[in-house]
Amino acid sequence: MLAYTAHRLLIVLVTLLVASAVVFFVLEIVPGDPARLMLGLNATDDAVAALREQMGLNQPVLTRYFAWLAGMARGDFGESLTYSVPVTELIADRVIVSLPLALLALGLSTAIAIPVGIFTAARRGTRADTAAMAGTQLGIAIPNFWFALLLVYVFAVTLQWVPAGGFPGWDDGVWPGLRALILPAIALALPQAAILARVARSALLETLAEDYIRTARAKGLPANRVLWRHALRNAMIPVLTILGLQFAFLLAGTIIIENVFFLPGLGQLVFQAINQRDLIVVEGVVVLLVATVVIVNFLVDLAYAWADPRLRRR
Amino acid sequence: MNDHLVAAEHEDWRLFLKKARANRSFQAGAIITLLIVAVATISLVWTPYDVSRLAIPERLQGPSGAHWFGTDHFGRDIVSMIMEGSRNSIAVALIAVGIGMVIGVPLGCWAAAKRGWIDEVFMRTSDIIFAFPALLSAVMITAIFGPGAVNAIIAIGIFNIPVFARVARGAALSLWPREFILAARASGKGPARITAEHILPNIANLLLVQGTIQFSLGILAEAGLSYVGLGAQPPATSWGRMLAEAQTMMAIAPQMAIAPGAAIIVTVLGLNLLGDGLRDVLDPKLRRQR
Repeated sequence: MLAYTAHRLLIVLVTLLVASAVVFFVLEIVPGDPARLMLGLNATDDAVAALREQMGLNQPVLTRYFAWLAGMARGDFGESLTYSVPVTELIADRVIVSLPLALLALGLSTAIAIPVGIFTAARRGTRADTAAMAGTQLGIAIPNFWFALLLVYVFAVTLQWVPAGGFPGWDDGVWPGLRALILPAIALALPQAAILARVARSALLETLAEDYIRTARAKGLPANRVLWRHALRNAMIPVLTILGLQFAFLLAGTIIIENVFFLPGLGQLVFQAINQRDLIVVEGVVVLLVATVVIVNFLVDLAYAWADPRLRRR
Repeated sequence: MNDHLVAAEHEDWRLFLKKARANRSFQAGAIITLLIVAVATISLVWTPYDVSRLAIPERLQGPSGAHWFGTDHFGRDIVSMIMEGSRNSIAVALIAVGIGMVIGVPLGCWAAAKRGWIDEVFMRTSDIIFAFPALLSAVMITAIFGPGAVNAIIAIGIFNIPVFARVARGAALSLWPREFILAARASGKGPARITAEHILPNIANLLLVQGTIQFSLGILAEAGLSYVGLGAQPPATSWGRMLAEAQTMMAIAPQMAIAPGAAIIVTVLGLNLLGDGLRDVLDPKLRRQR
């Protein structure tokens, strides 16, 4: 287990290193000089040159890359070019919107998908199963931002139960903030729930066809006990994989949903930063999201290996 | 010998048709997909109204005999705009699938044929690409290199490459130890020729199914990109931008959002059904399992 963990950890580190280099060098070739963008079109060449010097843009690319990397290792993501505040501060302000939103959506999606998956697998071939599977096909096909528009129209514009957009912050307690996140979370969760329900159903069906399930049945265990105790646990592995992938997707995938609801989250931050050529902010957020994906996958892998010793060999 | 082959192919085709007739998901998907392609083709020569003509007095009408889905805030006929927009969605998603296949499949086959360190580098590289949240990266690419249909295609296409490469590699790896490949090697064929003559024909089914899935994902991604203003630019019409415009009109003309959303859902649903159906029809093993 220790050797396996070490091997996986090494892969994680290499992946992060290469990914950070990709992000840095891709943004390096982006047209547009940040110094000129900051000073405006009327700035003199001397002023631009002075600012470039001050921002360290005149140093060789590799020097700047390693300086950036070393900074991040210390938790210093640099300073925003447009706001002149540390990037970590900007990110922290946005994470308190995006992270609760992603977690809320993930919770909702799981709460819908797992019961649907169990129900349909247990009643395979019945009309209820067919109807639920047709429902999931529809759920996968619905663009979440369109669903979000409908939700806004019904629950914010017509019924006025919740605000149509914006985010009040967490200062006035949990409830106002949560209210603002309910609709976006539902919009994000629905298509994910449809995918997860299908995965849960097919994983459960596959497990139910195994020999040990037949043994459990043959020794006279009630069908419910076989389903809940024997099949469900083993079927959770593919479900966990998809959950891990979905968390990362939700954290980054909020970019379009945030646009619908005018939420000041990570997506909106990246959007603004790209438009303002505030590249150091873009780099910081993208690296953070990539790191989240890689680390979540690493933890999911470890969880498997812990649960199933056969997987440790490679 | 040639007659034999033709007869065998004929038999395959008959078997395919027989299974296709029994598979409702395949039929529904095929019909919807053909319908969408037909609509896009017709829009090349005819739409009920000219979408570049503004008719302000007719703006924001509800559904009627003259305008089935009503008109937008410039008085343009929404049915005509949906027809025009279908071309953009199909073109972007289809070319993005093409990019993924043309680059990804050879890479995957190469990794499977060579194994060893080439395969290892290949796998790790695709791991790294998969670590980038696709939508965020697509937004980044289009925002940096300029919004527009071409950059949207590239942004979506890049993320199709590792998908097809992985599918091709996995399928090719399972074929290499088989006897017929061994026979081909014994007769002196090199890896490239074996891949072209024996591996590719045998993994084509899988690639087709994956292609259908990526096509539908591409439609969704394109709609998302053009919704945030990074896809096709005016005067071109796109479903995503129609939704963005509908959003600003939501309080007074909510019907504007219905048609573009329905168009996206029907298209994606049709392609997903087609993909599921194709997988069942083309792969007898999977069908028995489910």
